Amino acid sequence: MSVDVLTPTLSDNWDQPDAWKIANYVARGGYEAARKAVGMDPDAIIGLVKDSGLRGRGGAGFPTGVKWSFIPQANPNPKYLVINCDESEPGTCKDVPMLMATPHTLVEGVIISSFAVRAHHAFIYVRGEVLHVIRRLQKAVADAYEAGYLGKGIFGTDYDLDVVVHAGAGAYICGEETALLDSLEGRRGQPRLRPPFPAVAGLYASPTVVNNAESIASVPAIVAKGAAWYKTMGTEKSAGSTLYSVSGHVKRPGQYEAPLGTTYRTLLDLAGGIRAGHQLKFFTPGGSSTPILTPDQLDVKLDYEGVAAAGSILGTKALQTFDETVSVVRTTLRWTEFYKHESCGKCTPCREGSWWLVQTLRNIEQGKGQEGDVEKMLDLCDNVSMKSFCTLADGFVANITSSIKYFREEFEAGYHTPAWELFPYEKSVYFPYERERITVSEGAGE
Amino acid sequence: MSTDVKKSDAQVAKADLVTATIDGIEVHVPKGTLVIRAAERLGIEIPRFCDHELLDPVAACRQCIVEVPDAGNGRPMKPQPACALGVMPGMVVETAATNEKVAKHQRGMLEFLLINHPLDCPICDKGGECPLQNQALSHGDGESRYEGVKRTFPKPVNISAQILIDRERCVLCQRCTRFGEQISGDDFISLSERGALSQISIYASRPYESYFSGNITQICPVGALTSVDYRFQARPFDLVSTTTTCEHCASGCELRTDHRHFQVKRRLAGDDPEVNEQWNCDKGRYGFCYGRQSDRLTHPLVRRDGKLVPASWPEAIDAAVVGLKAAGSEVGVLTGGRLTLENAFAYSKFARTVLGTNSIDFRARPYGADEAGFLASEVTAKPMDVTFTDLEQAGTVVLVGFEPEDESPAVFLRLRKGNLKNRTKVLAVAPFLSNGSKKMGATLVPTAPGDEVKALEEIASELEAGTILLVGERASLVPGLLSKVRQYAAKGVRWAWIPRRAGELAALEAGCLPQLLPGGRPVNDARARVDLQAAWGVAQLPDSAGLDAEGMLTAATSGSLKALVTAAVELSDLADPEAAKAALASDSVFVVSLEQRLSELAESADVVFPVALLEEQIGTFINWEHRARPVEIVNARAQSVMTDVRVLAALADALGTDLGMRTPPQARTAYLEISDWEGSTPKFTTAGAFGAAAGGDGVRLASWHLAVDDSRCLDGAETLRQSAPAPVARISAATATALGVHDGQQIAISTDAGQVVLPAAVTASMVDDVVWAPTNSGAELFRTLHAGPGDLVRLTVVKTAGGAA
Ligand SMILES: Cc1cc2nc3c(=O)[nH]c(=O)nc-3n(C[C@H](O)[C@H](O)[C@H](O)COP(=O)(O)O)c2cc1C
Ligand code: SF4
Ligand code: SF4
Ligand code: SF4
Ligand code: FES
Repeated sequence: MSVDVLTPTLSDNWDQPDAWKIANYVARGGYEAARKAVGMDPDAIIGLVKDSGLRGRGGAGFPTGVKWSFIPQANPNPKYLVINCDESEPGTCKDVPMLMATPHTLVEGVIISSFAVRAHHAFIYVRGEVLHVIRRLQKAVADAYEAGYLGKGIFGTDYDLDVVVHAGAGAYICGEETALLDSLEGRRGQPRLRPPFPAVAGLYASPTVVNNAESIASVPAIVAKGAAWYKTMGTEKSAGSTLYSVSGHVKRPGQYEAPLGTTYRTLLDLAGGIRAGHQLKFFTPGGSSTPILTPDQLDVKLDYEGVAAAGSILGTKALQTFDETVSVVRTTLRWTEFYKHESCGKCTPCREGSWWLVQTLRNIEQGKGQEGDVEKMLDLCDNVSMKSFCTLADGFVANITSSIKYFREEFEAGYHTPAWELFPYEKSVYFPYERERITVSEGAGE
Repeated sequence: MSTDVKKSDAQVAKADLVTATIDGIEVHVPKGTLVIRAAERLGIEIPRFCDHELLDPVAACRQCIVEVPDAGNGRPMKPQPACALGVMPGMVVETAATNEKVAKHQRGMLEFLLINHPLDCPICDKGGECPLQNQALSHGDGESRYEGVKRTFPKPVNISAQILIDRERCVLCQRCTRFGEQISGDDFISLSERGALSQISIYASRPYESYFSGNITQICPVGALTSVDYRFQARPFDLVSTTTTCEHCASGCELRTDHRHFQVKRRLAGDDPEVNEQWNCDKGRYGFCYGRQSDRLTHPLVRRDGKLVPASWPEAIDAAVVGLKAAGSEVGVLTGGRLTLENAFAYSKFARTVLGTNSIDFRARPYGADEAGFLASEVTAKPMDVTFTDLEQAGTVVLVGFEPEDESPAVFLRLRKGNLKNRTKVLAVAPFLSNGSKKMGATLVPTAPGDEVKALEEIASELEAGTILLVGERASLVPGLLSKVRQYAAKGVRWAWIPRRAGELAALEAGCLPQLLPGGRPVNDARARVDLQAAWGVAQLPDSAGLDAEGMLTAATSGSLKALVTAAVELSDLADPEAAKAALASDSVFVVSLEQRLSELAESADVVFPVALLEEQIGTFINWEHRARPVEIVNARAQSVMTDVRVLAALADALGTDLGMRTPPQARTAYLEISDWEGSTPKFTTAGAFGAAAGGDGVRLASWHLAVDDSRCLDGAETLRQSAPAPVARISAATATALGVHDGQQIAISTDAGQVVLPAAVTASMVDDVVWAPTNSGAELFRTLHAGPGDLVRLTVVKTAGGAA
């Protein structure tokens, strides 16, 4: 399989020296789209983005132009644009590398998008742990101010725009858009009750657009080359080019930019296939919150419709790849531990369900499961599923139920045999491995 | 007195109703009504923890999940929390009653809630009245499948001096934190940590100081929040509950008082949507121990050889009769401001028909020259006008001489609600923007005490028809202010007088003022007297105007008043306690005191009669709205059966006159018989010219009573007192600079009479050349300074030896 399938748009300049520097970005035509946009009718930009078929890259795939058109322009409050760059989903690794490589693509997207929704303030919310990215982005924003692309009267027009880079404190839930808004306002990050939706009462109770960083970074190319061009990539309902993060037991893990609808088989080829001497066992199509898929689904088109038809979710297009050495009990436990740790604690099923399921899974991992544990877990998952306040809990339900669906016997084996005996852990890692000690003093709150 | 008028559902226009179906039954409700409320109307109970009808929905506990096969648009919804879902036309909802999936969700949710719950019900104060217990039994499974490790926390920990938290019992419903944000405005508790380790915490730097903290123990759906005073005191099923009225201020909150073995164990907020909704203040909740202190009187005392000694009832009555007879009609009656209508009425009639005097006054507090006339003419016998609900819905509310959070906490809550929900504009004519004012979103009209008339003139454009003006009991101390209120009233401004004490409105109705007979009859109106003479069957009522409280004390000093009957008057409440003490101590005045606890006044009394506590009798308060508030017998095994009415009846008998009533119910009947008076009402003539307060050297004193202070009615509520705001002397930055002090430094407020030393609190909003200090927190301001609000005092820096503060 050749590299023809790649459609470098967002990643077009990643191979250039110092691509993140403003001069290099401008030298390749950077900020021309923004200059063009501020001379356009804002509604025409919204129309253009609608026509391009761009859908949100944060996981839900909501049409970006349509989202922008929900902003009630008659509302006297200021309008805000908020960029979601909290990227904390296990397996998802696209916004962070993109911002390292080409922060100005996002800044340019922010200018165009803010202008389209008539915002004079935009906030870029970045996951707190990635300090190097925050620094790079801050520098890019400062340089854009200096160049007159941000601030008062940008590009010589009468349009003012201020951009704030805000560092989160490292909570997965703060990627959920309403929790993000609470966090941005200086509160504890917990999802808000909807309605009102952010478009009506978001940041500081004012109309707010929240978009994923990749969504916004896709906008400059659309403005530069047009909606029709964008639609030449991708499938009918899932247009455009996107970043797939391929990780795990592949030869060349990394970000691959290809049209939506590319199959996993193609991506695996690009990534050099499964590591030598091994075979694919299962993969996630869109990060840990999406039900796992198996080699039978290698030819599923990785677009919103295709993955949904296969019983999963495209999510963030994060393809975590696991070969036959991996215990699915172990991956499920690790993921569930992550959700238990990241549950914000607001609602009962997520908070208590994750606490309970981790303990059951831990027993199974240790070969101390009891007859009926699998059925019990499925029943608990049913009690959580779709009843939680936000979709974080549906994420751990998704990977538990899908893992049991495909590999039930591995869980049942946990009634008598530790997972590490069936799947020696050292075999699935690339580095010398010592099994972690299992802590049982879990109950203590302090 | 008026009866309350409730808006009936019929008044909600039919057109606003939408029809939905819950469990196959049609329900018609205003659009947007929450499904959980709509279901309640049908008698369908949906279990819940976080939902509270007076708090905004959070939909956090997920216990109330229902299925919605049709959202009203023909499409189903994913499972929805009934507490946050608004009813839409044509919506179809299924609860556990008709949908097995919902029943399973509910069982599952309860199972989740219990996995980390300690299940220590046998030692939990909530056990027996616990929504978690109850709903686990009604909607949960008998057995848990959980065999894992429970989360544990050290328990309990103090949130404040009077509130404890057992974090492991907490179900994280956020009712307590939402109460702090949405109701009281004291958001000093918050969630910390996350996931199953989430917990209710206090801030390291901000103490949980709130006058309303007890409410969170009441709305906590589990035993996570408990009060120190009630912890381990009783089991709910051993308690006998009585619905009654709080005696601590003129809001008249409904209370649920619980006793066990005839001892009150706790008081909870009652549920009266028109008055206190479901809240009360901590003073009302915890201030019930004053009657069980060592100074509680159990038998009469008479003075023999200069000393008060125990006496039998006949002895004491004889002694009182001798003294009162000797005084003839040169006698007066001070009733204080805390009596029920029934008791106040008995005093009023006793003064007129037994003692033959109009010298009666309920005002045990500083007051201005024109107050009695104003109250008699403008406040007494008026129908209910401004209500709590009006405060919530008013466009603009102006406060003058009134600090709601301290002086009538339930009014504060309602104004805050109005400000939050209906953007009610609150203007505080005050010397500084108090914390309470901030929480009500009030705008300060910066005013030195004494300059209120001028301040009102400056905001005259706000005082138009529709505005509500709330006037506190301190207003009469400002010359001309009450006249000003009347002028605005004539322009259509609605207004209410809100005194601090619970019994003041009732005292007015009962005629406890020199110029006022019961029911608003003017003493100087012959027709009014004749009317009452006929009703009471007496030949002659005294027709000369009597003395007011200050007049009586002056007359006692000069010797022209020979005897005084007092009802639980606290000397320290008076404008000049020392002068009053001296007046009463004089040998020429014979003092009969009826009181619950031995007071300072009793030191000068010749006969002291013990009277029943409020919890031992029935009665009526009239709150500031003019709404009758029933007081019920909580403790049927009373220590003293003698109410004020009963003692006065016995004295009347011994003096040869029948008082015509022996019990509070008889007093009420007797009052109701004469309460209608359609003749003339007292006329208010303004006293003195309008003008600014006197100038001179020094700064002006501003002061009011903090809700939680050294008041004797909080004796025994020690943990509550520990959370009282620390006393400070507030001054402006300019005043501080002029004085050369910094924040926190000790300063002395002084007059020729004495001085009070307090730490300076430099307050940004404070007007210059004014000092504010609490009336009775740590020091008795009036007694020490012989000065009150508006008077001039001196400020000096307190020199500290060796630099030590
Ligand atoms: C638990 C949780 C975590 C999320 N994390 C992210 C994130 O890190 N980045 C992101 O863009 N969207 C995240 N989302 C999705 C956002 O809520 C939101 O849908 C998205 O930012 C919208 O942007 P888009 O329309 O451009 O996709 C998360 C959602 C949930 C429920
Ligand atoms: S599902 Fe509930 S507890 Fe979990 S993150 Fe969302 S709101 Fe928080
Ligand atoms: S302490 Fe009580 S009221 Fe507060 S969150 Fe916990 S259970 Fe709810
Ligand atoms: S507000 Fe007044 S009436 Fe209500 S509880 Fe407090 S003191 Fe009692
Ligand atoms: S009562 Fe509805 S979610 Fe708690």
